[in-house]
Amino acid sequence: MVDQRDMASIIGEVGFFDGLPPDTLELLAGCAKNVRFNAGDYIYREGQAADTFYIIRHGSVAVQLHVPGRRPLVIESLTTNEVLGWSWIVAPYRWSFDAQCVTLVRALAFDATCLRTKMETDCAVGYEMLRRFVTVMSQRLRGTRIRLADMYAPTVNAAD
Amino acid sequence: MNVHPGTAKPVEDPMLPLTYEVVGIKKELPDTVTLDLRAPNGMPFEFEPGQFNMLYAFGVGEIPISISGDTSDPMQLVHTIRVVGKVSQAFAKLKEGDSIGVRGPYGVGWPVNNIKGSDVVIVGGGLGLAPLRPAIYSVLANRGQFGNVVILYGARTPNDLLFEEQLHEWRGRFDLHLDVIVDRAEAGWPGRVGVVTQLIDNAVFDPEETAAFVCGPEIMMRYAVQALADRGVDTKNVYVSMERNMHCALGFCGHCQFGGTFVCRDGPVFAYDTISELFTTREA
Repeated sequence: MVDQRDMASIIGEVGFFDGLPPDTLELLAGCAKNVRFNAGDYIYREGQAADTFYIIRHGSVAVQLHVPGRRPLVIESLTTNEVLGWSWIVAPYRWSFDAQCVTLVRALAFDATCLRTKMETDCAVGYEMLRRFVTVMSQRLRGTRIRLADMYAPTVNAAD
Repeated sequence: MNVHPGTAKPVEDPMLPLTYEVVGIKKELPDTVTLDLRAPNGMPFEFEPGQFNMLYAFGVGEIPISISGDTSDPMQLVHTIRVVGKVSQAFAKLKEGDSIGVRGPYGVGWPVNNIKGSDVVIVGGGLGLAPLRPAIYSVLANRGQFGNVVILYGARTPNDLLFEEQLHEWRGRFDLHLDVIVDRAEAGWPGRVGVVTQLIDNAVFDPEETAAFVCGPEIMMRYAVQALADRGVDTKNVYVSMERNMHCALGFCGHCQFGGTFVCRDGPVFAYDTISELFTTREA
């Protein structure tokens, strides 16, 4: 069993939380626990309540879009030290996609209600968390936009 | 009398192709083939990684194609060609024993010999892995002279991975790190989905001691260079391979003019810093 102090030090080693002061890490540790999923497990499904957010400590997760009549489309894969899920921070707090484990996954799971309450009561913590999430969202949005360009599509050389 | 640069054989005209025989054909992807070519009289073909040849489909036309083979095997000239137009289509229809015209090699290649002692990050996108492959062969043949070697490859889908067998082979080595990512995939694909720049964020190399070779669509190279710079790699140590409309390959015709440079003569590989302004210039 990991006590809260140990959990704070585990959280402190995750890049996403780099630079947070010890008291903030302690605060976050109060909402966190270790979880494990097997390959093939769904961590969450589209439409379910987004009551948790995850930092992947080991393994790979496919974020999928269910497409009627087709196999699910993987829109992004996430791996060690990456953030999984931000719907918990955006009302109405429901997952927009499925998240399926490609491998065994170990992760830190943060209770969303606990975290939202702490972010609302401590504005400095709330701002810091939002700032970090906006960075992640921005990177993923940029990646998605680049992929929209379909950059590997064949292009004709004028001589050909 | 001029000297044919590829064979050191005196030729009368540098615009005159030599006839090469197709000795091997491999269908890499539904729209991409690799041709193994043999020179007349078995002459060796010396080239530098990253250089290109002008390949002539008799009666159809001539196009610039990077060399995708191994510099240490000069008896085999290897080109990987994607079918996009009538000339490349003609190459894809060739059979063993057929002939094509070859002139080259041309241009400035990857500076493999100048980056010894560095970590090496090779970033390829789509068919861009083909011009990088000779550089990879060269680095691996002299593995002890480099630090970390990282190969990062992005493709459209899992079905579009070029040189898949070789990717598996390289991935199985203990002395390099190879990561692959695709733009999109269906459930069941065990690899990564996203943009190739994401791989740069997590790759293991010392940014201050790193040289990077980047080849792929220009949009991919732009973001890859940015991601390398964000990691702390000095962009003067980043090299990119440009693709332009090369016709004469000798810097005469001007079709491939890129600002004040000619891609055929001054490139196709450039130090990023020397063309960074052109790289971000909007053409329309």
